Amino acid sequence: MLSPTEKEEIVAAMAHYDLKKAAGIDALRIVQRHRGWVSDDTLRDVAAALAMDPAELDSVATFYNLIFRQPVGRHVILICDSVSCWVMGYENLLEHLQRRLGIGMGQTTRDGRFTLLPHVCLGACDKAPAMMIDDELYGCLDAEKIDAILESYK
Amino acid sequence: MPTIYIDNQPYTVAPGLNLLQACLELGFDLPYFCWHPALGSVGACRQCAVKRFKDEKDTRGELVMACLTPADQGTRIAIDDPEAVQFRASIIEWLMLNHPHDCPVCDEGGECHLQDMTVMSGHNYRRNRFPKRTHRNQDLGPFINHEMNRCIQCYRCVRFYHDYAGGTDLNVFACHDRLYFGRFEDGALESEFSGNLVEICPTGVYTDRPFKRNHTRKWDLQTAPSICPHCSLGCNTILGERYGELRRVRNRYHHQINGYFLCDRGRYGYDYVNSERRIRQPLHFQRGQAPAVPLTVEAALSKWTAMAAKGKVIGIGSPRASSETNFALRALVGPDNFYAGVSADDQRGLEIVRAILADGSVPATTLQGAGLSDAALVLGEDVTQSAPLLALNLRRMRFRKAAVMAAGFQLPAWNDSGVRELAQLNLPNLFIAATHATRLDDEAWRTLQASPQELVRFGSAVLAALEATAPPAEDVDAVTAMAWETAQALLKAQRPLVATGFSLCEPGLLQAAAAIAAHLKAKGRDAQLFFCLPEANSMGLALMQPHSLEKALAAVAQGTAETVIILENDLFRRAQPATVEALLAKARQVVALDHLTTATTVKADLVFPAAPLAEAAGTLVNNEGRAQRAYAVMPPSGTARASWRWLQAMAQAMDRKGLENWKSIDDVAVDLAKALPVFKPITELSPTVSVPTLDGKLPRQSHRYSGRTAMRAHLSVHEPKPPADPDAPLAYSMEGFDGPQPPALTMREWAPGWNSEQALHKFQGEISGPLQNADSGRRLITPAASAGPAPISSAAPVKSLADAEFQVVPMTIIFGSEELSIVAPAVAQRAPGPHVGLGPDNGFAVEGQAVWLRIGDLLTEQIVRIVPGLAPGLLAWPVGLPGMPTITLPAVAKVEQ
Amino acid sequence: MQRPLTQNIRPNQPPLSLAEYEKAGGYQALRKVLSSMTPQQVTTAVLEANLRGRGGAGFPTGRKWSFVPMGDDAPRLKYLVINADEMEPATFKDRVLLEGDPHQLIEGIIIGAYAIQAPVAYIFLRTTYTEAFRRIDKAIAEAQAQGYLGHNILGSPFSVELHLHASAGRYICGEETALLNALEGKRANPRAKPPFPPVIGLWGKPTVANNVETICNVPHIINHGAAWFRGLSRVADGGTKIYGVSGKVKRPGAWELPLGVTIRELLEEHAGGLRPGLALRAILPGGASTDLLTADHLDVVMDFNGVAAAGSRLGTGTMVVVDDKTCIVGLVANLMRFFAQESCGWCTPCREGLPWLAKILTAIEQGQGAPEDIAILKEHTRLLGPGRTYCALAPGAMEPLQSALKYFEEDFQRHIREKRCPWRS
Ligand SMILES: Cc1cc2nc3c(=O)[nH]c(=O)nc-3n(C[C@H](O)[C@H](O)[C@H](O)COP(=O)(O)O)c2cc1C
Ligand code: SF4
Ligand code: FES
Repeated sequence: MLSPTEKEEIVAAMAHYDLKKAAGIDALRIVQRHRGWVSDDTLRDVAAALAMDPAELDSVATFYNLIFRQPVGRHVILICDSVSCWVMGYENLLEHLQRRLGIGMGQTTRDGRFTLLPHVCLGACDKAPAMMIDDELYGCLDAEKIDAILESYK
Repeated sequence: MPTIYIDNQPYTVAPGLNLLQACLELGFDLPYFCWHPALGSVGACRQCAVKRFKDEKDTRGELVMACLTPADQGTRIAIDDPEAVQFRASIIEWLMLNHPHDCPVCDEGGECHLQDMTVMSGHNYRRNRFPKRTHRNQDLGPFINHEMNRCIQCYRCVRFYHDYAGGTDLNVFACHDRLYFGRFEDGALESEFSGNLVEICPTGVYTDRPFKRNHTRKWDLQTAPSICPHCSLGCNTILGERYGELRRVRNRYHHQINGYFLCDRGRYGYDYVNSERRIRQPLHFQRGQAPAVPLTVEAALSKWTAMAAKGKVIGIGSPRASSETNFALRALVGPDNFYAGVSADDQRGLEIVRAILADGSVPATTLQGAGLSDAALVLGEDVTQSAPLLALNLRRMRFRKAAVMAAGFQLPAWNDSGVRELAQLNLPNLFIAATHATRLDDEAWRTLQASPQELVRFGSAVLAALEATAPPAEDVDAVTAMAWETAQALLKAQRPLVATGFSLCEPGLLQAAAAIAAHLKAKGRDAQLFFCLPEANSMGLALMQPHSLEKALAAVAQGTAETVIILENDLFRRAQPATVEALLAKARQVVALDHLTTATTVKADLVFPAAPLAEAAGTLVNNEGRAQRAYAVMPPSGTARASWRWLQAMAQAMDRKGLENWKSIDDVAVDLAKALPVFKPITELSPTVSVPTLDGKLPRQSHRYSGRTAMRAHLSVHEPKPPADPDAPLAYSMEGFDGPQPPALTMREWAPGWNSEQALHKFQGEISGPLQNADSGRRLITPAASAGPAPISSAAPVKSLADAEFQVVPMTIIFGSEELSIVAPAVAQRAPGPHVGLGPDNGFAVEGQAVWLRIGDLLTEQIVRIVPGLAPGLLAWPVGLPGMPTITLPAVAKVEQ
Repeated sequence: MQRPLTQNIRPNQPPLSLAEYEKAGGYQALRKVLSSMTPQQVTTAVLEANLRGRGGAGFPTGRKWSFVPMGDDAPRLKYLVINADEMEPATFKDRVLLEGDPHQLIEGIIIGAYAIQAPVAYIFLRTTYTEAFRRIDKAIAEAQAQGYLGHNILGSPFSVELHLHASAGRYICGEETALLNALEGKRANPRAKPPFPPVIGLWGKPTVANNVETICNVPHIINHGAAWFRGLSRVADGGTKIYGVSGKVKRPGAWELPLGVTIRELLEEHAGGLRPGLALRAILPGGASTDLLTADHLDVVMDFNGVAAAGSRLGTGTMVVVDDKTCIVGLVANLMRFFAQESCGWCTPCREGLPWLAKILTAIEQGQGAPEDIAILKEHTRLLGPGRTYCALAPGAMEPLQSALKYFEEDFQRHIREKRCPWRS
């Protein structure tokens, strides 16, 4: 069931387009913001709100990188794996992150705190290597900095 | 007509084609995947690349996708250019990176477009050394088997299922090289057209699931051209047989009827032929006592002789029996004693349609023609359920509308992605008025849900609005308002269509449709009519103008008829049980001819095993009045034979003259045409007439047919003489006429290098044109314009409904309402159980709740299903659904507490 | 030196509010347009300014606008779409403008919409530009409240609605026709051309897609004239350009400079040269989908024609500097994994070819290459070239690969021969 707030936000998103369906991506992002991810049931509810078949909406949902169709942790770490960060040694950082968190790419820590995902260029190449946690961007990373940043997320 | 140059040779091609179409029409083999003649071009697979040169001096050229490049005047291309050849081979190499190479265990093997294109492209050596990705398959229900690993991502499935057929539950998921085509979750595909995926998919992702149980390679199937017996549209089919079993039905292209597609009832309903309920030898019943005693043919006929000696014989015909068979019965009992085997309402409806089409001014359009309409009114019919292919064709209206707009941008109609962009916000002028929301409503500009009486009123209002000069006042009711809008749209159109039927048993709807169309015609529009009729040969039966079933009942009741012959008909589907029981009890002797054991055959004294259409030739007349001949794919099982042959034998046994000279079905047709001149054109269906070049029979078995001796070796090592079939220009053999298959006899689309159904273009003169530029089937009726439209009879009034009372309206269900297809297990799985339908806010019951209903004398407990949009005060009664008794209309149902 | 695009941007400070922007001369161009210019005059001004698109392809902006049907017969609905997807690896120039001066963007959009008479405009922003989203969202609200957006702008008959759409993330969304599909709420597969978006675009209506940097130039052209704009540049194409440098240089960053600086100037003067102990090996001049250049190309002029003459593309004008301690094979493998991952999956060569190449390159980098791999790689640079795929993604992916094979084939051979990466210790 969608919450009244979610419903309201979805209705508001529809106003931006000529077709209800077009708000599908916004609607998915809205529920994801509230729930962290989009479960099958949630997807069905969103589809119903947009008068779409779940298949049609899931076709869209699974196309994009940042609609999570599997549960994620409380915080999602997007680590940039593109060329500038690669040149700047992101691979070592990744190793460090994985060791620190005890998880591999695409996994969630056992305490449900972090999910680690690769992401394409975050547009912070001048501050490479970079990563993003939830809505915050972090650049010029090194191992120590990462440790400190992780500490600030509970 | 533009001239194009292929490898420096000039060719004249039709205007408006793309290069792929042009090359194929000219006979060049150019591989492709994502293009499909019915779906157009999207340029996804990149398989159809050719080299294009700017002019004669250009030697470098550039690669272009033939399917996306117009074949304009002066276009110069090379198909065999080395760069193009290498690129096309690379496409296959890429597609093969993840393809499992499992042809030997794949059902598609041997008729696989991917195999053909692989050979055509010349890729044969594997360089990839990395692991392949794999997918999990889904359970897509009883019709379709899913094997995603074979997918080559051509998108044709989604483009057909979703974009073309309007299905919403199949789609493409994920991205890059992890694309997945399927459903959101496991479950039966919902579209009524899902079976076409088998043919649309160029490889073995979607295969025919019932066929899988007893899979047979294409070349090992004995095939024959047939006509679908499951509704009135007359779609062309190809039957495939092995080991005396009907194993599959495929689409047989007819450019004016079904085109490239069939509905799932037509494709999967065939299993009744293999049913345990088949009657394979004559049976004798002691009145009221099971089991039946099997008889030899001789014993049965002598029993008949004894019966026939006792008094007058009458015959009850059938809308699902062939015209020849109905005529044979008519000849046996005499025209005065020949009765229609349909309810009085159906009989009346059929007669009205016959009269409109024969004497009116507006022609019945073809299925393909319906899709060309620029405005259409569907009046009182849920066409997806009663005439599925009409729904599929009406879905073309939106695309056509967009194609017209696209032409304004110099964008050809084959540019599917471009045209669809325009189509998405542009609903066509399609108006649907029915008792409930229909599956086609998503395509409609406006819809109306109302009782049959209101629908007739709506029809009359449209007619009135065609003449009205001023729009109605603001505050008119919904019916009048929509009638005005509908009339305006129809008037604005060049080719308006009015489609209706008598699923609701409302003659007023037929008359209103005819009157509206006639009016539009009189105003100079190219108006068209489309009538959905109840059964495969309803029109053929109507053209014989038999007496009504009620008269037969009366004759028996009055004792004027001693013996009743019931031809391929279960009377319990025609009238209320008590009425039929009374008839059968009253008649001294009842003889039934049928394929399957039915409620009627078990009540007969003598039953003859009638060969179904798969085992005996017959001519069916479809809803537009087109006669088409179906041919047997296998000899009759047991001692079954075509009913007209039984009737001929019965005539002989009772010394009745007139039938004795019939050697073949063509002889019957000739006599039929003599007796009833309207049938004259069916004599031209005889292949000797229609195909003068045909000297000798066409083989039903392919040139690669295997195991002819081995498959019988456990019985005898001697290969028997192939059975003769005087009723078909076809032989039960691999040998025979080696020339091209005439249009009406196409039963294997197969050409060198083209083993899949995509070989079809080799049989067409132009892509999507008629097979070999010839029409097939013959129209029996064309409008004579001798009569103006009949007045619209107002609908039978219902008594005003008391509390807890509902007006009963019939509801047709694609999987369930038709008598033969529901016997097929796959179709039965998709059929709902017995139930009644109520509207969403009925105030009495929710989905799944059981209610007691009193309808006249009948007290019955039924499960309620909510029918979306069902107009208030109505209760939908699924007609023909097993377990649902037949009731006579008008009827009122009272919910009992 | 004039820096019109970044003149209002103050490092590490929030962007100008509407009032501040107005005080700095903002929305004067819009006033001028609405009070004294016809749509045609606006388009002509942009045409004469020689403004070429900054999204990568360099198509003349005024010409693109002139394809839109105008006049009474034209569809009422038309759209202007601003491409703020910026997901091309190594590219971070639009972010500077999006975060730095949202009102400049909005003013440009309103003028652009006026030029093509579009009543609706969208900003298509990548999800992960969260800061930009907040700032633009706020600026739109301000502009709306002030009457710069919405009905009858500044009392003129012209109205425009501006919507901010955040994407759900896919590089291909940056391709303008894929972007239209994404805006329609569909999978972001590109569309066939023809039809071209200015004729049949968003929801089948005429649509212009412009890059952020492109549209931000428009108010300045209006304010100061085409001649002034052309004068900003050192070359024939007009204006300044936001250049960026990343990689192991002393001062990575982005700067607004006259169009037509040389690579050397960028690298040495602005980015401060390579970090100590490193030597220059290669340059990826304009984002992930441009051909590598080498130390021999330092004097190449960074404009559309200059880079093309050197065998590469200006692309987005943001370059990656590759030093001698960085493995070229690894670099190309990284790029190829990106492209394979971001293929939309519509056309065969890209969907299937790129992952194969990515696997081969990764194998070579890890010392598991086979001698015949080089031939397969080379063959693919032709097979996935322009015109063979549905859109420009795969051909773009071939650019770094083909140039790496051209300048550094020996690196590939060594990996295969030595069965290891010589650059890894
Ligand atoms: C794969 C691909 C990705 C692209 N990504 C972007 C992008 O992120 N931003 C952008 O402005 N243009 C991008 N483009 C270019 C656009 O298709 C288009 O040319 C541009 O937005 C037009 O704007 P302009 O004329 O102002 O440059 C991309 C093109 C391709 C083929
Ligand atoms: S080249 Fe083809 S598969 Fe790749 S992104 Fe473009 S359309 Fe999609
Ligand atoms: S058939 Fe032309 S690209 Fe697929």
